[in-house]
Amino acid sequence: MDPRDLWTEALAGVLARPLRSALTTLGTVIGIATLVVTLGVAGTAGNQIVGRFDELSATALTVEVPRDDDPLVTWEAADELTRLRGVAAVTAIAQTEESSNLTVTANALVDPTRITGQSLAVVAATPSLPQAARGRMVRGRFFDAGHVRRGDRVAVLGEQAARMLGIGGLDGQPAIFVGGRPYSVIGVVGDLKRERILTGAVIVPPTAGAEFGLRDVTRVLVATDLGAADLVARQAPLALSPADHALLQVVKPPSPERARDGVQNDLNGLFLILGLVSLVVGAVGIANVTLVTVMERVPEIGLRRALGAARRHVAGQFLLESTLVGLAGGVIGTSVGVVAVVAVSAVQRWTPLLDVRLALAAPVAGALVGLLAGLYPALRAARLEPVEALR
Amino acid sequence: MDDPVIRLTDVSREFPADPPVRALHRVSLSVAKGDYVAVVGPSGSGKSTLLNTLGLLDRPTSGSYRLDGIETTTLKDGARTRVRGSRIGFVFQAFHLLPHRTVLENVALAEVYGGDRRNRWRRAERALERVGMTHRAGFMPGRLSGGERQRAAIARALMGRPSLLLCDEPTGNLDSRNTALVLDLLDELREQGHTIVVITHEDEVSARAGRRVRITDGILTEE
Repeated sequence: MDPRDLWTEALAGVLARPLRSALTTLGTVIGIATLVVTLGVAGTAGNQIVGRFDELSATALTVEVPRDDDPLVTWEAADELTRLRGVAAVTAIAQTEESSNLTVTANALVDPTRITGQSLAVVAATPSLPQAARGRMVRGRFFDAGHVRRGDRVAVLGEQAARMLGIGGLDGQPAIFVGGRPYSVIGVVGDLKRERILTGAVIVPPTAGAEFGLRDVTRVLVATDLGAADLVARQAPLALSPADHALLQVVKPPSPERARDGVQNDLNGLFLILGLVSLVVGAVGIANVTLVTVMERVPEIGLRRALGAARRHVAGQFLLESTLVGLAGGVIGTSVGVVAVVAVSAVQRWTPLLDVRLALAAPVAGALVGLLAGLYPALRAARLEPVEALR
Repeated sequence: MDDPVIRLTDVSREFPADPPVRALHRVSLSVAKGDYVAVVGPSGSGKSTLLNTLGLLDRPTSGSYRLDGIETTTLKDGARTRVRGSRIGFVFQAFHLLPHRTVLENVALAEVYGGDRRNRWRRAERALERVGMTHRAGFMPGRLSGGERQRAAIARALMGRPSLLLCDEPTGNLDSRNTALVLDLLDELREQGHTIVVITHEDEVSARAGRRVRITDGILTEE
């Protein structure tokens, strides 16, 4: 018998009762869809957590500079770091224990009825701080290289610090007094994704910071391109301080694999079992319906035997029919599952992630279920004696 | 000349029971090429067993059955199936047309198990032509009259160019007009040289055959 004929006969057998065949696939559809959704959502959610690491901290490097008599890292060296490949933004920060607790007032008047002085941290930083700390200017602007070169007495406030000092807008060209010295406030920085502590700080240019003893760089923040963190982490100490690179401490993000390993969901196991149970139910359904079909088609089996069909031809046809039903269930179930994974991702604002192998293996699994389910009915059909079948 | 199409020698068929049922008892029958033989007899006489034996659907308990000179009683299951598929065309009382396939597909089914795929549709069309059913080729069997269905079934039986056309009560489900049409068709086929064995209990059918054999209680007699 030509395989093409076997295919034609089996397909015609399945399509002869389309509604029944469609209903028979249901169990497999549900089983395969459950499996695909479970595995797909688990993969998507796992990737999502890794994605969050990517977004926030997989690109965040911090180099801690210990204090020394001679500065280990110069302000210029930090700027030079931008020349490294994979570095998106760099800022050098100077902060000391003394500078972390300075009294800052918004005006020079002493009002005994109000607390006008706030205890705030004052840090010196290079102009690219908003980019490196992944923040944005809420108001005004950050100081630039010009301010730094001229040693302008300007300051940028963190959002929180601005609120504490009662500085709402910049229209009145407000000033603040730090240790009795006035500084013009030119901007308010907020929405910091890193170094959130700076939201409550007063940021001044390095040249102005020298007035509080903020002479040396104590910390370098590096924002890298995605995936460049490891490379930059190795190169940054050498670039910052060729002589004393071993003294610098690099804090780099955890590797993504660990994040992925950390994703565990007890529900997954439950749904997987549910999916497998549905598959078994689906298989029993296919077996049952195929058996009924065999009984209904006894005369047809007799006819085929009379026309010269061997037992294996009859068995092959019924086996292929149940496999096709299983395959159809697998394909539909996979489609439903994929759509469900995409829908869940859309609702959760995730990036859907589906293993291609899963999408390919699931229909095959459905076909396998059909094949297994068809074994017994096919055997029954093949065992029929033609004389009895034609009676 | 050639071997006869059918040569049964002392064929017996017993069904295991207590006491054993003898459906055929030492039946000998020879049917030459081009013969048109009617097997008649009351129900329960062994007609069906004889048909099943002739159609290689059943195996005799003892005796020899040569079909086209091939000793079939010693053949294995697979070989018997092949001989059945290639040398015997069946026509059933219940037609046995697949309801969801067109007439042409039903006819072509005869060559699905063995036979060449090339020109199969052409041969199926020609078989339909021979029974005068070309105009119904694309119809589903459900839309045909009984006579048309039986003619389609005969076309299917002719499709594989069988040595023997084995008809089991071919007019059992037909009214008298359609019966006449089918019998005319069998006459035509006989004139074209086909070997036909018809099993029937209707005199009208057996009267048209060139030769009548009667089977009673498993014993075959020529009339």
